[in-house]
Amino acid sequence: MVNYIWVFLAASGIIYAMWNGTMDEVNEAIFNSADDAVMLTISLISVLVFWLGLMKIAEEAGLLKRLSRLFEPILKKLFPDIPAKHPAMGYILSNFTANLFGLGNAATPLGIKAMQEMKKLNPSDEASRSMITFLALNTSSVTLIPTTVIAIRMQYDSVSPTEIVGTTIMATSISTIGALLVDRFFYFRRVRRK
Amino acid sequence: MSWITMISTWIIPFIILFVLLFGTWKKVPTYETFVEGGKEGVKMAFSLLPFLLGMMVSISIFRASGAMDAFVALLSPFLQILGIPGEIVPLALTRPISGTAALAVTTDLIKEFGPDSFIGRLASTMQGSTDTTLYILTVYFGAVGIKKMGDALKVGLMADLIGIIASVIICTYVFSL
Repeated sequence: MVNYIWVFLAASGIIYAMWNGTMDEVNEAIFNSADDAVMLTISLISVLVFWLGLMKIAEEAGLLKRLSRLFEPILKKLFPDIPAKHPAMGYILSNFTANLFGLGNAATPLGIKAMQEMKKLNPSDEASRSMITFLALNTSSVTLIPTTVIAIRMQYDSVSPTEIVGTTIMATSISTIGALLVDRFFYFRRVRRK
Repeated sequence: MSWITMISTWIIPFIILFVLLFGTWKKVPTYETFVEGGKEGVKMAFSLLPFLLGMMVSISIFRASGAMDAFVALLSPFLQILGIPGEIVPLALTRPISGTAALAVTTDLIKEFGPDSFIGRLASTMQGSTDTTLYILTVYFGAVGIKKMGDALKVGLMADLIGIIASVIICTYVFSL
């Protein structure tokens, strides 16, 4: 599916540009965005090295295990495929915590680490049930404080920049619950087909 | 406002302090462990590069050619039927595809209509309540070499739709009454 989307985005863009005379912009965009991707990767290096280094200490010290033991009952319900006390649980939890506090750049390395642990449980090139649930939760992004949005609102002289915090939390909770329901629905559909 | 800014400036240093002290207490060789974990980060970043580059180039062609705007114009009647105001449709459609594009659209809407207008508040809520599905799938599946995404994309996009509709309903109730 991702192959089709990838081709659709590029191909429809190029074909559209043929009729609308935007080929110059397309040329420019190709090389600028390739550059942007490299720059993004470089800025990711610092974040990945720092947080993975720090989390390795947390893991060795047994902090992640404690964290996952605390939330085990909920996690077991959300991820029935992951055995209790598996290191994946600790990383999943720390990824959620980082997202919750709006620490997007810490959340990504922890999430990747969680994915690696989940892959150890299911070593194939196909997404496992827990991976899909995990990503569904991540795409609906449970955030308590949307810092970027608040900053933009302040920049344009909002009377109350933080008044959207409440509505954001409500919307994000609903989309998270929705994501879980949709995820379950597709899971049971998969099971039935097999 | 002040407590929110304070929390966001204190939380990262606090986590670092806590992990370092806890590690020392548990007799973990902290510095060596940090370096060992960090090495993984370098490898990870480089293995992500092709995934990010491929996706970002494709998205930027879509955007720069004007096809994205055409796509938004084509789909907006359908979203308006669902009760989503016309002004907000471009944001709703770009949010799952490109994080930078969505941020640009949000900033533009806030600038145009004012942060305290209904559209400004709705855009703020929508921007903050979902994440860029395509980016998350690219990065997370790319990093662990998953080729078959299964239902992940469908689940992610449907969750986005739920989030968008929820934002509209919640903002209508909270801000217009």
